[in-house]
Amino acid sequence: MDFSIYDLTSFDQGIDKCLYENLTPFWATVVEMTLIGLIFLIFYALVALFLIYAERKVCAFMQNRVGPNRVGPYGIFQLIADFIKLMLKEIIPIKNADKFLFNLAPFIVVIASFMAMAAIPFAKGLHAIDFDIGILYVVAVSSMGVIGVLLAGWSSNNKYSLIGAMRSGAMIVSYELSVGLSLLTVVILAGTMQFSAIVEGQANGWFIFKGHLPAVIAFIIYLIAGTAEANRGPFDLAEAESELTAGYHTEYSGIKFALFYMCEYMNMFIVASIAATVFLGGWMPLHISGWEGFNHVMDFIPPFLWYLGKTFALVWVIMWFKWTFPRLRIDQVLTLEWKYLLPINLVNILIMAFIVLMGWHF
Amino acid sequence: MKEDINPPVRNIEEEYHINIGPQHPSTHGVLRLVASLKGETVTSLKPHCGYIHRGIEKMCEKDTYPQVIHLTDRMDYLSAHINNHVVCLLVEKALEVDVPERVQYIRTIMDELTRIASHQLWWGCFGMDMGGQTCLLYGMRDREKILDAFEESCGSRLLHSYYTPGGLMKDIHPNFQKKVKDFIKYFRKKIHDYDCILTGNVIMQERTKGVGILTKEEAIDYGVTGPTGRASGFSCDVRKRYPYGVYDRVGFKEILGTKGDTFERYMMRMLEMRESMNIIEQLIDNIPAGDYTAKMKAVLKLPAGEYYQRVESARGELGVYVVSDGNKSPYRMKFRSPNFSNLSALDHICRGFKIADLIAISGSLDFVIPDIDR
Amino acid sequence: MKSFFKYFTGIFYGVKSLLSGLSVTGKYFFSPGAIVTQQYPENRKKLEMFDRFKGEVVMPHDEKNHHRCTGCGICGNSCPNGSIEIIQDKIDTPDGKKERIIGKHIYHLSMCTFCGLCIKSCPSNALAWGQEFEHAVFDRSKLTKILNKPGSSISKDIAE
Ligand code: SF4
Ligand code: SF4
Repeated sequence: MDFSIYDLTSFDQGIDKCLYENLTPFWATVVEMTLIGLIFLIFYALVALFLIYAERKVCAFMQNRVGPNRVGPYGIFQLIADFIKLMLKEIIPIKNADKFLFNLAPFIVVIASFMAMAAIPFAKGLHAIDFDIGILYVVAVSSMGVIGVLLAGWSSNNKYSLIGAMRSGAMIVSYELSVGLSLLTVVILAGTMQFSAIVEGQANGWFIFKGHLPAVIAFIIYLIAGTAEANRGPFDLAEAESELTAGYHTEYSGIKFALFYMCEYMNMFIVASIAATVFLGGWMPLHISGWEGFNHVMDFIPPFLWYLGKTFALVWVIMWFKWTFPRLRIDQVLTLEWKYLLPINLVNILIMAFIVLMGWHF
Repeated sequence: MKEDINPPVRNIEEEYHINIGPQHPSTHGVLRLVASLKGETVTSLKPHCGYIHRGIEKMCEKDTYPQVIHLTDRMDYLSAHINNHVVCLLVEKALEVDVPERVQYIRTIMDELTRIASHQLWWGCFGMDMGGQTCLLYGMRDREKILDAFEESCGSRLLHSYYTPGGLMKDIHPNFQKKVKDFIKYFRKKIHDYDCILTGNVIMQERTKGVGILTKEEAIDYGVTGPTGRASGFSCDVRKRYPYGVYDRVGFKEILGTKGDTFERYMMRMLEMRESMNIIEQLIDNIPAGDYTAKMKAVLKLPAGEYYQRVESARGELGVYVVSDGNKSPYRMKFRSPNFSNLSALDHICRGFKIADLIAISGSLDFVIPDIDR
Repeated sequence: MKSFFKYFTGIFYGVKSLLSGLSVTGKYFFSPGAIVTQQYPENRKKLEMFDRFKGEVVMPHDEKNHHRCTGCGICGNSCPNGSIEIIQDKIDTPDGKKERIIGKHIYHLSMCTFCGLCIKSCPSNALAWGQEFEHAVFDRSKLTKILNKPGSSISKDIAE
């Protein structure tokens, strides 16, 4: 395979070398980190804005509406307008709230999703850090967001918020298991936890095809559990608009609310991009062995677009869930996890291990 | 699932209260429910009503009988035609007016259309209470077709004031029959979508089956009527038991449930929509020719005495009780609104269930708050 | 064994019901023709209300600026909300008698509940429904309208 046309590794290394040649190692690191931080910040904001817009359009089409269409052509500037509104909005101080935690909570949520994003490979040579325990890192970091949710619920001094936060805590603690185990299924198949190696391993076929049925089951379980982790419908019990008005962020307004709001979408994006990376080959183009011409054409689509395409397709699926299903009740959520997903997942891992042991995978 | 919340000594200290309403997304109006909770389990519930009390009954005392009609529109605004009907029937009964056949047919059709429209909106709201926001839009979308038919004949979409004592404001529009038939053809297809998206959904079934059980005896005790009462097996359909309009001449089933849980209440309304379509189909082509109103005196004075009339509104038995002293306006007018009685059962049936269930239960009781407060 | 079987049939039917729900929303997502939203200010030109639509109470005038109102005041009496005020006027008829005519037919749109009783009760059919529905104004006093146009007079066939 030849990905050289879109290989960014040499580009990265070029910049790296250039910086280290001209600066002391300390300053070179500082500059690199700032650059990466800035790029991520911009990327984060753009993706969040786009996703909010996309969600409003997607749900509108599913509901036979047209969605935002007033500000700009097809309403694309609606979000900018909303964003400005949220920025300028008064931040209402809450009486008897725990001020410090109340202000801290949105940042914890944002930081958690930021950190998770760092490990995602966007294209060959385009990722911030390539841990050799990438999957473990992502699983660990993405579950940190729940602390922010819990703090928000606790510190707002509001019973709705508290109930929402408690629900969220119970839910994420349980679903963390399924996320981890379903990713583990693939780790067994891939034999590595490093994201770049996992993607490279899918050069001749995505893991969802390579791993037979167990991989498909793991993929579905990951999508369900990931939706729950991102606190999205039908698992949006923490917000549960019709029950708890807005759940854990009932008391937030203005820019702090905007942070929570953005995070919800970023978490969804992260869930989708991990699923795309691990199961659908990440930035790896679609290859069908034997069809040389087809494979060659596919190689010309830049890997970054492959990655985005797969991720947004999965994001769409998650949105599709949200706008179709009624919300689960808290005991149903836990039943689903402990009685269905977890046992199935465990058996699934066994089967996968067996398949790998016998060398039955492609 | 239901938790036993009545141990010999209820530990009040462990309980806390939350206000659901008057401003809350799922009370569909300004109803305030003060729920005592233990964890997430509801231990008791106090409904506070009166936030939208407009004194309709008192206002009726200064209005003449034709003027009362437009106030009844504003009680249960989702079944405006039916509310109009009950006052018209009462005045006609008291004055012993013979209402033309045509009027009775049209009124029956309108009532049933209202029932479907009301149930459609309820379905949407119930779906939204359960967390499936798409339902609301689908319900609204299909309801629009009925409202269009109403608008063409009655001039307005929600508060029609279309019936007058003795007849109707205007004859139906020539397009009306076609529109209604088109709607029925359209809706028979769409109601299948409803079943796919909500009725059959495993999440919804798990959340509603066995939740909020109201037994038949309790339904009778609390005076719970309408689809809610019938879900408990209480045969209370006024259309069958005290027929008015042309209900005695059409064949239709009284939908009865057995379990009285939230799912059953849900199913009652889904089946009722189908039954209403059957009723309309039997009538729509057979509307007899004739006048659209009987000859009425210019000023209507009910002979002194007491009168009661009931109809089956989309939510249950709607009754109106009038004391007349022979003047042109009633001495006292009292509405027995179905929602008020249905609300009284809420505390009893939601105890021991979770907040999420409380929302589902109150959604399945289908409240229209202005009807509770009047 | 039986519960084992039930476990799997439960999963199967659950997934099936979820898929049938997804098929509905998915179908609508891919059929933009099903969109029902009306683009209101844009479709204003094409927007036609039904001719019975109750927008406001109007008093139709013919091309000679004649209306049909005699100023009897029945409409005002039959209005449940007192939205109609009648100010009568007296004129001298050619044969020397004084005759009552309408001076101002004042209609408070802000208090009207669109019950239609005034229109129904008018003995000379002078009132009708107008289809105007964009009633939003910045000043409440603009909602008080005088229905008989200035300089109008009663049409001959009613006066007889
Ligand atoms: S509009 Fe009709 S009822 Fe009213 S004052 Fe004129 S003639 Fe009389
Ligand atoms: S429509 Fe009814 S409320 Fe309005 S002016 Fe006429 S009588 Fe009064």
